[in-house]
Amino acid sequence: MPALIDFILAGQRVEKHAPWPRAVATPRTWSFAIEQLVEGHWSLLGLWGEPITVHMALLDENAKDIGVVSLECRDGRYPSVGRLHAPALRLERAAADLFGLLPQGAPDTRPWLDHGHWGVSYPLATRVRTSAPTASPYPFLPTEGESLHQIPVGPVHAGIIEPGHFRFTASGETVVRLEERLGYTHKGIEGLMAGSDIDRAGKLAGRISGDSTVAYSLAFARAVEAALGIQVPSRAVWLRALMAELERLANHLGDIGAICNDAAFAIMHAHCGALRERVLRASDAAFGHRLVRDLIVPGGVASELGEEGARAVRSVIAEIRQRFPHLIELYDNTASLQDRTVGTGRLNVQLARQYAAGGYVGRASGRDFDARRSPGYSPYDELNFEIAVLKEGDVNARVWIRIREVEQSLSLIEQILERLPGGPIRVDLAAADGPREGMALVEGFRGDILAWLRIGKGGLVERCHLRDPSWFQWPLLEAAIEGNIVADFPLCNKSFNCSYSGHDL
Amino acid sequence: MALILELGVQGAQMTLVLLLAPLLTGFVRKVKARLLRRQGPSLIQPYRDLLRLMRKEVVLADNASWLFRVTPYLIFAATWVAAALIPTFATGLTFSWTADLIAIVALLGSARFFLALAGLDVGTSFGGIGASREVMIASLAEPAMLLIVFSLALVAGATQLSTVAAFMGSPQVGLRVSLGMSLIALVMVAIAENARIPVDNPSTHLELTMVHEAMVLEYSGRHLAMIEFAAFLKLLLYMSLISCVFLPWGLVTARAGPGSYVLAVVFYIGKLAVSGTLLALFETAIAKMRVFRVPDFLGAALMLALLGTLLLFVSRSL
Repeated sequence: MPALIDFILAGQRVEKHAPWPRAVATPRTWSFAIEQLVEGHWSLLGLWGEPITVHMALLDENAKDIGVVSLECRDGRYPSVGRLHAPALRLERAAADLFGLLPQGAPDTRPWLDHGHWGVSYPLATRVRTSAPTASPYPFLPTEGESLHQIPVGPVHAGIIEPGHFRFTASGETVVRLEERLGYTHKGIEGLMAGSDIDRAGKLAGRISGDSTVAYSLAFARAVEAALGIQVPSRAVWLRALMAELERLANHLGDIGAICNDAAFAIMHAHCGALRERVLRASDAAFGHRLVRDLIVPGGVASELGEEGARAVRSVIAEIRQRFPHLIELYDNTASLQDRTVGTGRLNVQLARQYAAGGYVGRASGRDFDARRSPGYSPYDELNFEIAVLKEGDVNARVWIRIREVEQSLSLIEQILERLPGGPIRVDLAAADGPREGMALVEGFRGDILAWLRIGKGGLVERCHLRDPSWFQWPLLEAAIEGNIVADFPLCNKSFNCSYSGHDL
Repeated sequence: MALILELGVQGAQMTLVLLLAPLLTGFVRKVKARLLRRQGPSLIQPYRDLLRLMRKEVVLADNASWLFRVTPYLIFAATWVAAALIPTFATGLTFSWTADLIAIVALLGSARFFLALAGLDVGTSFGGIGASREVMIASLAEPAMLLIVFSLALVAGATQLSTVAAFMGSPQVGLRVSLGMSLIALVMVAIAENARIPVDNPSTHLELTMVHEAMVLEYSGRHLAMIEFAAFLKLLLYMSLISCVFLPWGLVTARAGPGSYVLAVVFYIGKLAVSGTLLALFETAIAKMRVFRVPDFLGAALMLALLGTLLLFVSRSL
């Protein structure tokens, strides 16, 4: 087994692709990469298309290395990765819908994002006009067995949440199979980004998933900077980390409360909601926007942190440090709540590893991975933090990972405020000459967000792909719910808290 | 003249439960909101909700049968009658001979039966899930309720509520283990019957976890108003029942005079406020249980009620 880096170097390496290498593969090396994925030596980080090329980002966890392999598909076909490595299935289906690239031998060729309402097929490649909406009934996977019944849920739900369809096959109350159907919030962001300038593309990136706007802007900005070879001033790097940790803190606090609320334990929800609100207000005081949207831009940050802002952040950290331990105690000591979360929705370690599940989903099931540490990016290499990993893989473990991450984020924010360097917060972007490619892997609160882009003529974005961590978490939810009861699904779903918008793009 | 007066008092009692029921639910919601440090909706919000629903258009599924349309009125009528039978502030009213505990259980049982049928009627999966869960809960809650009734009947020598209340208020009751067990069992049954936490969550939006709400998902407009009103009445009914049987103080007998009536009503409202606060406290302190734990919960209620009854056979004084 060669190391990923040797494998990439053996191929025809693409110039001006930073920071990790990209190589054009032959069908033979493509198959070899698939083999390595199947054997678990490498993990799949992403798979995306271009009109006549398919790209695959790979992660070698042992060597802590990342690389991209690309395969030209002249006749619009390529050997399917999903045939042998299931995590790639939905990514291939999405690439087929957007570009018309057909994975040969794929076991599942149903459309994924394209529900037949676009009036156009393959919108990012040949753009074949289809006169009328071609929506045909979506064939769900068959289930066989005695006295099974189906429960269709969504895409419109009773609460105000994003749309997604869940098809349960149940035997009484026990779930035999869950199949998801997503794509209802497809906004065509990758199509909008193609051909737009970097400012506009950055704004779009920040709007992919509202709760992860900082992480997305950061991923996009770092990919642009990698492509153009820009050094960001160190104050900007530290401010970015501060924004990212505030976002993580707010989202984790919200999630912990919301999971408890799904077990009808509203008091946790109320208290966590109040703490989350404090964090958002501190973000507003510090940076001028509650969710810190559009403030991370390629080249730096767009908002300076004043003395008053820093004080607001410090006081909210102190408040959470004081109040959060009581909430953890309440969570841990409420037997009726523990009865709901412990042992519910178990995700086994092998699956989490196979799907390279990021964030709390992976870390609650024994996958010791955090993009902040490996591949790692500045300033986290200079900060002290621990990455909590549990093996239980149930709802309770996912809550505990969040609790630990809240604590780590608090400490990170304190360290950042203490050691925040001075200096400028933004540099101008150099004009791009010819095609340059960049990529970045950023740890959002859900997990690792992959950004890949190519800047073409005139400094315009030619193609940009952003892969949400949910791509590898949604399929695992289907596995985790199996054998649980239907009434526990909302609890499991909330503990995964996958993004619809980020996934549907 | 006396008859007219008595009928008037009886009428006042029936109107009182009707008027107080939404207020009680509003009060419980308010207390829960305050416990969560929220402002909470106004106390009279349930009245506004009912008014709003009454004004709204009814949206019916294409395949809804006559049963689906009739059920809300049936449920409302049955629950109202049951609630009105319970002596709230006065015993020995004109119609108190009808206030039989078994009749009340039967009225509520038939209301539930029709609601479950209506849940199945339209053929949506949520209605089916809700109906099957509701019937599972009922299959344990109803026997438990009947056993509680038997215990009370053995102690008081009647199933008629006025008599039971009068007996419970008299000094000859004493402290009895069987009554204590019945009280706990009755509270558990009341929680399950009213779809409160930990058995069901009345304020959830998660369609997959619902029991009562899942059955009524397809209802709208005045039909929904009737069902909601019936749910308010049911909560009031159980609280009145518990306070009438186990806290019979402050009840007056018929023909007591207007002054004592007013005092008794104030007493009654006070009892409701206390039990409403206790309910809100309990609901805030506990998470909802798994659907399959509900039989354990109600099984405990059933066992307690059974033990209470058995103890009375062992010794009359227990």
